[in-house]
Amino acid sequence: MDIKQKIDQANEAAVKRMIEGDPVLVDIAPAGEVIPGMTGKMITHSGPPIDWKHMCGAQRGALIGQTIYEGWASTPEEAGALLEKGVIKLEPNHHHQTVGPMAGTISSSSPVWVVENRTSGNRAFCRQVEGFQQFGDYHDEALKGLRMWRDVWAPTLSKSLKSIGSLDLKPIITKALQMGDELHNRHSASSSLFANEMAMAIAKTELPKDDMFATLGYITHHELIFLGLAMAAGKAIADPARDIEYSTLVTAMCRNGTEFGIRVSGLGDEWFIAPSPSVEGLYLTGYSVKDAGLDMGDSAIAETVGWGGFVLGGAPGILSLVGGTPDEALAYTREMRTITAGTHPTYRMPVFGFEGAPIGIDIRKVVQTGSAPIIDTAIAHKDPGYPKIGAGLVRAPMECFKKALIAFGKKYQ
Amino acid sequence: MPEKIDELLKEPLLVINIGLKGFSESLAEQGVDVIQVDWVPPAGGDKELMEILDKLI
Amino acid sequence: MPLGFRILKNQYFDSVFLMGVNKHLSDENGVQQTAVLMGSDGNKKLLKDLGLYDPVMDAAQANDLIVSISADSESIASELLARLPEYLKGGVEAIGKTRLSTLENGLTIKPDANLAVISIPGEFAAREAKKALDHGLNVFLFSDNVSLEDELMLKSYAAKQGLLVMGPDCGTSLIGGKGIGFTNAVRRGSIGAIGPSGTGLQEFTSQVHNAGYGVSHAIGTGSHDLSDKIGGLTTISALDALENDPATKVIAIISKPPGENTLIKLMSRIKNCPKPIIGCFFGVQTIPPTGCSMFSRATTIDEAVRLSVVNSGGGDHPEVNDRNILMQKLKSEKQGFSFKQKYLRGIFAGGTFCYQAQQILRGQGFPVFSNAPLDKKMLLDHPTHSRENCMVDMGDDYFTQGKPHPMIDGTERKRRILEEARDAELKVLLLDFILGYNASMDPAGELADAISEAKRIVATRHGYLSIVASICGTEEDPQDLKLQEKILEELGVIVFRSNARASQFCVELLK
Repeated sequence: MDIKQKIDQANEAAVKRMIEGDPVLVDIAPAGEVIPGMTGKMITHSGPPIDWKHMCGAQRGALIGQTIYEGWASTPEEAGALLEKGVIKLEPNHHHQTVGPMAGTISSSSPVWVVENRTSGNRAFCRQVEGFQQFGDYHDEALKGLRMWRDVWAPTLSKSLKSIGSLDLKPIITKALQMGDELHNRHSASSSLFANEMAMAIAKTELPKDDMFATLGYITHHELIFLGLAMAAGKAIADPARDIEYSTLVTAMCRNGTEFGIRVSGLGDEWFIAPSPSVEGLYLTGYSVKDAGLDMGDSAIAETVGWGGFVLGGAPGILSLVGGTPDEALAYTREMRTITAGTHPTYRMPVFGFEGAPIGIDIRKVVQTGSAPIIDTAIAHKDPGYPKIGAGLVRAPMECFKKALIAFGKKYQ
Repeated sequence: MPEKIDELLKEPLLVINIGLKGFSESLAEQGVDVIQVDWVPPAGGDKELMEILDKLI
Repeated sequence: MPLGFRILKNQYFDSVFLMGVNKHLSDENGVQQTAVLMGSDGNKKLLKDLGLYDPVMDAAQANDLIVSISADSESIASELLARLPEYLKGGVEAIGKTRLSTLENGLTIKPDANLAVISIPGEFAAREAKKALDHGLNVFLFSDNVSLEDELMLKSYAAKQGLLVMGPDCGTSLIGGKGIGFTNAVRRGSIGAIGPSGTGLQEFTSQVHNAGYGVSHAIGTGSHDLSDKIGGLTTISALDALENDPATKVIAIISKPPGENTLIKLMSRIKNCPKPIIGCFFGVQTIPPTGCSMFSRATTIDEAVRLSVVNSGGGDHPEVNDRNILMQKLKSEKQGFSFKQKYLRGIFAGGTFCYQAQQILRGQGFPVFSNAPLDKKMLLDHPTHSRENCMVDMGDDYFTQGKPHPMIDGTERKRRILEEARDAELKVLLLDFILGYNASMDPAGELADAISEAKRIVATRHGYLSIVASICGTEEDPQDLKLQEKILEELGVIVFRSNARASQFCVELLK
């Protein structure tokens, strides 16, 4: 078998693993209890590896907030000093089977979604999705959401989940993709479907009334709650496709606001890194492109498994948010089909005659066609202390794929 | 043995046009079955990457 | 009871999609009733009501798909169920078309393609052409700036595969009546042609059509094919093909000077040609004898056309006898010349016309300078500076770097016409106008202002500028041939449907 055949075969196997992924929510638990390697004074963050001095303003702000939340410092200055000194270990979420949106900061008391891939048995974790601290806001108001999640919402959901055992995510995802969600920026349908299931579970569970109402209120009014679950599901689906010899498929795409990194199945743990791009998008009133930070977050795991920007064609509702037209959305999905190895048999798009979503980014095709994966994402402020300022579209940097291809050429000479 | 050239002269043309759109258009005007490929330099024109690609894809 | 059913676990499908699948299944021959439903309790009841239920379906969950079929026979049901994945695949040319960016993409849509037409930058062209050949496609390669080494590699490889490479730098081919690149609308017939020059083939085929006859195929070989380095590989493949083609009765080869060795090789190959073959090789004084009675030599394209027509069984149509009209025009043109006016300048879009005009003029005692000379000694010092009698090929690389070819855009030719008009020794301008697919939609109109301005400039010097032109095209072309002629005639241009005749008229003007 020549190398081209070996690659095609390996990619087939990798895509199959992704397609067979069966994500199930099995728990919501503190990171310290469930995330491998989460010990002591450690905060995991989004994106490829990076040190404090190179981090962008928003991620630093989020780390300061996380440090105060964890009780390791009582003021932003103290927190900053600790982080500066290197007292707190900083590691990428991806090194711990985890993902997190925007700054993506997680520490041991942060409750995380625990999603298990029933087909391959692996687990993945994701922190909550909220609109303040993960964008770099470290003020007390911003940390309130983290505390409520830790003290009320997450434990309530955890107990309620036990009443029903577990929650299959594949049916929710499948339906949501046909209801106009793309599972990166738009989760209205999936969040509703999730809330429906959990509401029943909550109702079945012995709970203090206040907690029950607070949590019901939380899950039924959080339009993006499913993003956390989708991200964990994406990670759980992508991880089994890792480490397949000869495979040129992308198993991770993530950003930390400074750099953009990808991992490739046949190239092990190596990160292929380029400067994080800026996002073309729409801004909330009062903000503009000069306030914007660079692309940030592990949420590109959505595109890694064929959601988000890849199924924009089925989510015209998101377009006004990211500033595109329906024709453009369809064109993006068609374009993504030219850089992927396969289409998903279950996740289908009505607008394409129910043909499957493109899945399995092939670095060879990306470099050959010059089409980099399209990601639709939220925009953070470049300075710490602000909530989300906009949303838009961004292309993964071609440089990452070129570097990966060169490395692949060298390794499999 | 009929060569492919002989077939080309006998059978209807089935064309893949790579490059200038005008050529597709003039062929289509004459009723030829043609599809247009809007070609871009592979690997952004990077020769080193093209060589690697040629071995892998 | 159903005669066949299947339960697909954990496979949610949209209900609208499933209705479509259900319809396709129920439309099949021999099918009585079908149901394609998710396994919810409500749907199970529906299946019971339809008589398509089986107790096994009890275990099905809401996220499982149940497909149940009752048909005239068990085999029909099981055959359909076996093909279920096809029905469930979905995928329709819903809205618009996917933008294709590679040959491979193209092949997934047209796997039976037999020709790749390639017009991308030269540095990438050989690679794409080779890929096309690898996939069993013939190649029409418009791109130029492909190295001779690559050209040789491609053509040698193609020969082994029994495939044809038309190019590099090939702008014209007519295959089975369909024009690729710059071609004229020409009827089909029994005259075949081969040549390295696009305009040569365009003029030949247009004249064949205008004479009332037709073309089987006109195969472009690319401008370097008959060089000694390439050795005429495509020309010879084309010759083989036209000899084998029952529709072709006679073959004409229209070419600028071939390499010495290649000419010898070609003539010895022609010896074996069973069909009449006509060779028009501009600038070649003597041709090695073939000892072949099927071969005739033509000195102009017009003569090649006449010989081809005769040899294909058509009548011998002598040239149109418009001698009297031409004598009158000649007399009238000559009246206005001042004694200072001496020279003829040809400003061409078609390279072959530049060669043919040079040959005709020097053959009658008028040496001609050129930027693309038949005789190396007559090379212009600089393509922008005309000298004495001079023919300029404006399609030459020098003029087309980063600029559109004069067949498409008249800007550079307009400029040159006005420059020439400022030379007091200018007597006659010779122009060519090329119609057909992909050419400018109004070549005459584009130069109209420059033509009248040039005449005016010379008139103010108390002289007269004679402008002679040829139009290459047919009445079926996208442009309006008659209108183009009219535009030029109204400007006082003497118009011919032949570059050879136009050149001959210029000779008379100079005498």
